[in-house]
Amino acid sequence: MRIEKRLDQEKETLLYSALHKVKNSPGPLMPTLQEAQRIFGCVPIEVQKIISYELNESIAKINGVVTFYSQFSLKPKGKNSISVCLGTACYVKGSQGILDAFEDELKIKNGETTKDGKYTLEATRCIGACGLAPVFSVNERIYGRANVQKAKNILKTNPETKES
Amino acid sequence: MSKLVEVTINDKTYNIPEGHSILRACEENGIIIPRLCFLDSIHEDGNCRLCSVEVDQQHNLKPACKTIVRDGMNVVTENKRIYDYVSTNLELLASNHHFECFKCSREDNCEFLDLLRRYSILNEYSDLYGYELKQTQLNNSSDAMVIDSSKCVLCGRCVSACEKYTGIGVLDFNKRGNKTYVGPAQFRGLEDAGCIYCGKCIQACPTGALREQDDIKVFERAVRDPSKTVIVQVAPSIRASLGEEFGYPVGTNVEGKMFAALHLLGVDEMIDTNFAADLTIVEEGSEFLDRVQNDGVLPMFTSCSPGWVNYLELYYPELIPNLSSCKSPQQMAGAIIKTYYAERLQVDSKDVVSVSIMPCVAKKAEAKREDMGRDGYQDVDIVLTTRELARLIKRRGIDFKNIQPMEPFGDLATYTGAASIFGVTGGVMEAALRTVSEMLDSEAKLIEFKEVRGKENMKEATYHLAGKDINIAVVHGGVAIKEFLEMLKTTDKEYHFVEFMGCIGGCINGGGQPIVKAKDFERIDVIKERSKVLYTMDSKSILRKSHLNPAVQKLYSDYLNKLNQHDLHNLLHTHYKARTAYSEYIE
Ligand code: FES
Ligand code: FES
Repeated sequence: MRIEKRLDQEKETLLYSALHKVKNSPGPLMPTLQEAQRIFGCVPIEVQKIISYELNESIAKINGVVTFYSQFSLKPKGKNSISVCLGTACYVKGSQGILDAFEDELKIKNGETTKDGKYTLEATRCIGACGLAPVFSVNERIYGRANVQKAKNILKTNPETKES
Repeated sequence: MSKLVEVTINDKTYNIPEGHSILRACEENGIIIPRLCFLDSIHEDGNCRLCSVEVDQQHNLKPACKTIVRDGMNVVTENKRIYDYVSTNLELLASNHHFECFKCSREDNCEFLDLLRRYSILNEYSDLYGYELKQTQLNNSSDAMVIDSSKCVLCGRCVSACEKYTGIGVLDFNKRGNKTYVGPAQFRGLEDAGCIYCGKCIQACPTGALREQDDIKVFERAVRDPSKTVIVQVAPSIRASLGEEFGYPVGTNVEGKMFAALHLLGVDEMIDTNFAADLTIVEEGSEFLDRVQNDGVLPMFTSCSPGWVNYLELYYPELIPNLSSCKSPQQMAGAIIKTYYAERLQVDSKDVVSVSIMPCVAKKAEAKREDMGRDGYQDVDIVLTTRELARLIKRRGIDFKNIQPMEPFGDLATYTGAASIFGVTGGVMEAALRTVSEMLDSEAKLIEFKEVRGKENMKEATYHLAGKDINIAVVHGGVAIKEFLEMLKTTDKEYHFVEFMGCIGGCINGGGQPIVKAKDFERIDVIKERSKVLYTMDSKSILRKSHLNPAVQKLYSDYLNKLNQHDLHNLLHTHYKARTAYSEYIE
């Protein structure tokens, strides 16, 4: 069966006005995707279709960009995003254990979002803070010289949800 | 002539035209450089790095395909360092490759396998079955094509080919790092991704990662089933290309051997799609006249090329009324095989297996369309591409080069010169004009409509027929199709009849045709050579107008004219439906 998924009207209007702003400037795809991610919290195929039509880019290409950069996602992300660096320096210093700890505590796997929509957990590559390895981040805040205990504590302090 | 620059390659001095790449300079002078991703004027991104060479003793190796020669340049293409570098790259590619060579569509012309052999690659990083089965491996839900990422070397040729030939861009790289795979967005099936099945990606692929849905096995079982009568039809352009698979130069006509090989494969009856092409012209010609005389929708678009039909249904559905309602020759032949011919052979339609040999992958999906059959059977049961036929012949061990040519048995193999040229761009139009001009004006003596021949993507001409100016156009390849249809929206010019083909050059260059290796692709004008075969056949024919085909005339008087209007229409005509890409909602 074919079901067309309906997008939220208000958000769709926002997307169109964003598209209008960038449409004729050079390289409009990235800024549009950033806006779309902000507006919808993700860039699913329904949104990609609109962008494809307006910018005359193929859906395959748009999806390629969306799935290449970790700042974009196909499914909505949680209110807070927790990223654990698995870059070489951090990995050597045991960041895998930190990731495992988060997985255990939140009962989700890497890349998933908790049922209540509060947290998204992701492993990342080097974020350029090797001096502080191992490193993880909650939203924009970086936690250096981390360990499993620190990770667990962070969850207990219940980091305040991001203003959205 | 362009300026020459002096370049030293492996201690020898050469004068190379300015602007050439090192790769080109070397190949033109007989120096072989390994290459996997470079495809002249289609894919020149330089992402495989197998063509690496040493330039001016610099520490970093340079990709020969992307480095332009300079005066005084010193190039080394072979030394231990380069050998080890290329070997390592190949080892890494091999470690990610799912080796299934015994059943691979590229069993004997795999560009990747050639290189692995040349560099004696041991495949030390993975064993045969060590390949980690990714969920993204096999995209095979479409009726026509398969993408098998486990054999993909991520060269990107298909991505570029799709973009450059069709202008659609169905394929792209998804995800990143070791999870990267090529395909439509989010692993959608090709049937939902706006693909028109032109197969240009298959021909660009250096491995077997892209291929047609393989129907060899179904065919092999059918010819061994005593309760079935296997009737095969062969499209006009197969005879012009099949020989390439057996070492004949591009542009060799192997019609006789082709039929002989089919006979050895065990088919019961052979007919020629050319015959159905003549039939199509008569039907399409009458439809056109009807539209002109009774204020029907104009311009009328031809409907023989399923790639083009897919394109229209997907991207310009508002123009569906312009599309001729005629089935393509494959489907007309199928319908006739299952009715008239089966009756004459005194077999039940249900016991007939109708096989077609096509230069096209889109034909596979066309055969499965809803209204392409009746009483619970399809008119065409198995579609094999030229490549599949060649594989079949090789696998059976038939010595193609040495078999005695043979004529097909059965009178539905009679055809005119007009039918032969169906396989090239402009051919359908020319064939139609020959018949239409005579229908309009019995005095018309024109046979050759040279204005519609040739390789330009869009050709136009005006013919004065029965006191009327008829404006026609011929368009081929997705990019030109789009350009033309956009132009149609704004132009004041009134077109009457337009021929469209999904592939550049027409069927002769169809997506099911033999794969020309990247190197030959640069040297040989494949479209031109293959077209020549068909034009020669035409000019040598005694009958050159479709409606003069005696077998077609007999078919009308014995059978078609006795059918009622409704049945006749159902038999030879079809419907189209608007579609959209990515229409399925998947959570
Ligand atoms: S490896 Fe983790 S910050 Fe560089
Ligand atoms: S990088 Fe030159 S052939 Fe691939």
